[in-house]
Amino acid sequence: MSQLVKDPKEKSFFTTLAESPSTNEFIKGIWKDNPVFVQVLGMCPVLAVTNTAENALAMGFATTFVLVMSNILVSLLRNVIPKEVRIASYILIIATFVTITDYAIQAISVDLHKSLGAFISLIVVNCLILSRAEAFASKNTFIPSVLDALGMGLGFVLALFSLGALRELLGNGSLFGMSIFSDNFQEWIVMILPAGGFFTLALWLLLFNILKERRSHGK
Amino acid sequence: MLNKTLHISTSPHLTKGITTVDIMKNVVYALLPVAGYAVYAFGWDALFLLATTTLSAVITEHYLCMWSGKPTTVGDWSAVITGLLLGMTLPPAFPLWMAFLGGVIAIGLGKYVFGGLGNNSFNPALVGRAVLQAAFPVAITTWSAAFVSDRFFGVSSSLLAQPFMKPTYDAVSGATPLSAFKFDGVLTGSYELAFGMVGGSTGETSAIVILAGGLYLASRNMLNWRIPVSILSTVYLFSAIFHLINPETYPTASFMMFSGGLMLGAVFMATDMVASPLTPTGVVIYGVLIGLLIVIIRIWGGLPEGVMYAILLANAVSPHIDKITQNRVYGTTKQRQTA
Repeated sequence: MSQLVKDPKEKSFFTTLAESPSTNEFIKGIWKDNPVFVQVLGMCPVLAVTNTAENALAMGFATTFVLVMSNILVSLLRNVIPKEVRIASYILIIATFVTITDYAIQAISVDLHKSLGAFISLIVVNCLILSRAEAFASKNTFIPSVLDALGMGLGFVLALFSLGALRELLGNGSLFGMSIFSDNFQEWIVMILPAGGFFTLALWLLLFNILKERRSHGK
Repeated sequence: MLNKTLHISTSPHLTKGITTVDIMKNVVYALLPVAGYAVYAFGWDALFLLATTTLSAVITEHYLCMWSGKPTTVGDWSAVITGLLLGMTLPPAFPLWMAFLGGVIAIGLGKYVFGGLGNNSFNPALVGRAVLQAAFPVAITTWSAAFVSDRFFGVSSSLLAQPFMKPTYDAVSGATPLSAFKFDGVLTGSYELAFGMVGGSTGETSAIVILAGGLYLASRNMLNWRIPVSILSTVYLFSAIFHLINPETYPTASFMMFSGGLMLGAVFMATDMVASPLTPTGVVIYGVLIGLLIVIIRIWGGLPEGVMYAILLANAVSPHIDKITQNRVYGTTKQRQTA
């Protein structure tokens, strides 16, 4: 352990980077304020479309795209939008990008669009996006808003993927559609049913809380 | 200082001297004949299955206690009951690794997540079975026939399926009386039903042995007799009415009474002291609700059997039943109660 203790005055490049406020805006969404495991926001897609790893990733990246674009626009327009109608304006901005995403996914893969179903359109009402617009982008400038949205989006992708991968692995014996185990593998049907979503989310939340508790005890 | 001479606590101050451990032990005694008959009817399969679920429930309870830094509660025997009951609700040739998983889920998800014995809102054994039913619908509905001649010579190959692997069945599976009636229209005789000469879950087949265990517990006041009586009479009444309306499509009341998991559920599972209501009126409402749900699921539902879901649903509403059936506090009037 003694090698780890360094001269406190001497700062490496990574320490400086880690301590800069803009890095914090980016990192906090992935770990400390993870939208799913810590803030427990946007539960609808988290539980509904994580039955396979592919669906989970697609949903995560679609949400990230909408999140980044709407955060950019909201932060740029924050002085123009009147306080009284801000929520309606944010929803309008978000809905615009959701429509773009909807058409884009349809153009890329019809199958994917079918399996995600109504949940693409439902990104409009994902409380994660509205909460970042309201709580962050409307009070901050362009660069922090982009970093915040990217961090939150990546945290969301990470969470969805960890749910989707586990559910597909146990419920279907595969990962990204490729069979992982031998042919004789017994699928746990419950994992790809809605109930499995709740079980898996609870397991990951449990793991996250154990890790967090260990950390706070260590300090 | 004061604590040494005066022990301050809330009522009740007089107890009968019966502890939780005594009650749990007696429930195990009442379950042992059922387990014994199951082994007699299904051979080594049943013995291994019951041993696996019991062991897995006890081990899970022990390790969860250790993990959360509390003294182990294995000594109160409740985990043994959960394990035994879980095993009795599973088909005799159920793969042992799935049964082990069921025990872990029953204790972990059904009981320990809520804070251990006394805090579980659902019957833990049924939670375990419900998850297994959703996870492995094929394995849990593959029944083997009772009183097969070679049942004491070796075990079924499906029982020893490797962990995470599909079981292979070596015998053509038999149907339960309920599924035979529902899907093929075959009615099983009352004599076969009463003595468990039929296919079905490990512990549910003999109504007589289960009733004897229930009578033993009720006579020692360790089981609320109102629950099984209200469940059974509701089921009897409603299936009799349906049978009178149309004897062609609806089975007789005695068939409904003695088939499936009704006896086991009514006597040993619905009477779970933690998950059932506390007030005498509430207990009757609870029993009638379970009975009604069982008849509804069996007659109109897609599944042949509905005891498990009926009890779980009634467990979910039992706190509400308790709330609406509270006794009026002596000396108060109705107006003041509602105000």
